[in-house]
Amino acid sequence: MEIDLVEQIIIPVIKVLFIAHLLVIGVMAMIWSERRVSGWMQDRLGPNRVGPQGLLQPIADGIKFLFKEDLIPNHVDKPLYVLAPAMLLVPAMITIAVVPFGDSIAIAGIDIPLQIADLNIGILYILAITSLGVYGVVIGAWASNNKYSLLGGLRSSAQMISYELTLGLAIIGILMLSSSLSLRTIAIEQGSYPWKWNFLIHFPAFLAFTTAMFAETNRLPFDLAEAEQELVAGYHTEYSSMKFAIFFMAEYMNMIVGSAVVVTLFLGGWHFFGLESIGGPFWSGIISFAIFFIKTGVFLFIFIWVRWTLPRFRYDQLMNFGWKFLLPVTLTSIVVTGTLYVTTNGNLIWIGIGNVISAFIVVAIVAGMLAMDNNSKSAVQSAPTAAPLRGLDAVE
Amino acid sequence: MNAEMILFFIFGAVSLIGAISVISFRHPIYSALSLIVTFFSQAGLFVLLGAHFVAAVQVIVYAGAIMVLFLFVIMLLNLGTLSAKGVLTGKLKGIAIVLAILFAAEGIYIAVNALKGDTAVASAQAATEPITTEYIGELLFSKYLLPFEVTSLILLAALIGVIVLVKRENTTEN
Repeated sequence: MEIDLVEQIIIPVIKVLFIAHLLVIGVMAMIWSERRVSGWMQDRLGPNRVGPQGLLQPIADGIKFLFKEDLIPNHVDKPLYVLAPAMLLVPAMITIAVVPFGDSIAIAGIDIPLQIADLNIGILYILAITSLGVYGVVIGAWASNNKYSLLGGLRSSAQMISYELTLGLAIIGILMLSSSLSLRTIAIEQGSYPWKWNFLIHFPAFLAFTTAMFAETNRLPFDLAEAEQELVAGYHTEYSSMKFAIFFMAEYMNMIVGSAVVVTLFLGGWHFFGLESIGGPFWSGIISFAIFFIKTGVFLFIFIWVRWTLPRFRYDQLMNFGWKFLLPVTLTSIVVTGTLYVTTNGNLIWIGIGNVISAFIVVAIVAGMLAMDNNSKSAVQSAPTAAPLRGLDAVE
Repeated sequence: MNAEMILFFIFGAVSLIGAISVISFRHPIYSALSLIVTFFSQAGLFVLLGAHFVAAVQVIVYAGAIMVLFLFVIMLLNLGTLSAKGVLTGKLKGIAIVLAILFAAEGIYIAVNALKGDTAVASAQAATEPITTEYIGELLFSKYLLPFEVTSLILLAALIGVIVLVKRENTTEN
C-alpha cells in the first residue's frame, strides 16, 4: 500500500511539478536567449544590464508585467476577453504530458519512466490538444472587439487549420514504420545512432512537420496573425500587463513543446550514439534527460535563428505554400513509404531515398503547374503575374 | 464511489451543462463555445469507457476542426445577439415540439432499460479494457471494410462537390 502511494501519487506529482516548472523556466530562458541571440545576429548587445549577462532580465520583465495595471477596455466582451489567454496557455502546457523527456531512472529501487503519461495514443493526443490551441487566438481576437485583432485572429485560424493537416499527415509515415502511436515506443524504435533516426528515413516529412510547427506556433516567417506593419499587434492588440504576458508565455511554451515533439519523433528522443546507456540505472536516466534537453535546446535555437533570418510570408504565399507544396509532399511521402515498406521488406535505406526523390518530383510538378497557370493567366489578362494585395480577399 | 465514478459524474455534469447552455445563450459565439465544452467532456466519457482512440478523434474532428469553422463563420457574418422572441415561430415550433417529444421518449426508454440492467449498459460496462488503435484498424480493414470504403466514397463525393462549387464561383468572377 505504501509503495502504491509513492508510485501512483507522489512520483507523478513530482514529475508534473518538475516539468511544469521546467517549462516556465524554459520560457524565461527562451525570452532571454531570443533577445540576446537576435542582438548577436544584428551585431548589437541586447539586454545585458540585469544580472550577469542580463540573465535576470526575464524576471525583471515578469515583475513589471505583474505590477502593471490590469486594464480591461470598455468595449471588449469581458468574460471571453479574460478567458482567452488561459485558453491559449493551457493547451500549450498540457501537451508536454505525453512527451518522454528521457529513459527511465532508478531511485531507491523504483524504476521511474521519465514521462508524465505514456498514453498509447500519444501522437493523437498531441494533435488533439494542438488543434485546441487555435481557440485562444480566435476568441481573444473576437472578444477584443477591434478590427485589427479580428483580422489577425481570422488569419491565424485559417493558417492553423491549413497547417494542422500537414502536421498530422507528416507523422503517418513514422506511424507505419514503428506501428505504434506511443511516443516512447517511437523514440525507442529509432535506436541510438543518427542514421536510423526518423529525420533521415522521412526527410521530406521532417521538413514539412518542422515548417508546419513554425506555422502552428505563429512564429516568423508565419506570424501573419501579428504582422506589426499591417495589424498593429494582431490578436493581442487590446491586451496589456499579465494577460499580454500570458499570450507571450503560451507562444514560447508552444515552441518548447513543439521542439520536444520534433526531437522525440524525428531526432531519436533521448538517444545519442549509445551515450544514454552509460552508467547504472540512475546515471543513464540523468544522461538521457540531459541529451534530450540539449537536443531540444538546439532545436529552439533554430527557431530563433529562423526568426531573425527569414522575412515574413505574404498571405497568399502562405496558403499556396501550405496547400500546394507541403500537403502534396506529405501525401506522397505516405504513399511512397507504404509502398516501399511492402516491396522492399522494410529496408530503411530505400524508404529514405524513395521519400527524397518523390518529394523532389512532387515539388517540380507543382512548381511547373503553378508556372503554367501563371503564364496562361498573364497571357489572357496581359497583366503582371503577381496579384496585388491578395491578403484580404484570401481571408474573405 | 471510486475515482472513475467521480470522473464520470464530473464529465457527465459538464457535458449536460454545456448542452443546456448551447441553447440558452443568446449569443452564437457563446453557444458555439458551450458546444465545444460538451464535445470535450464527451471525449472524457469516451476515455472512461476505454475508447481512447475515439476520444482523441472526437477532440480532433469536432472540437478542433468543425467548431473552428463554426466560430469562423459566426465571426465573419458578425451575428449579433438573438432577441428573446421570434426564433421559433410557425412551422418550426411544431417540428421542434415533435422532435422534443421523440427525443424525450428515447431518453426515457434508455433510462428504463438501464434501470432494468439491460443490454446497452451491460455492453458498455464490458468494454472497460482499453481498445487499442491497432484493433480498430484491423476491424476497419476486415469486418467493416465495405462500410469503411463506402464512407470514403461519400467523403470523396463531398470533396469533389466543394471543389466544383468553389470553381464555378471563380469563373463567374473572372
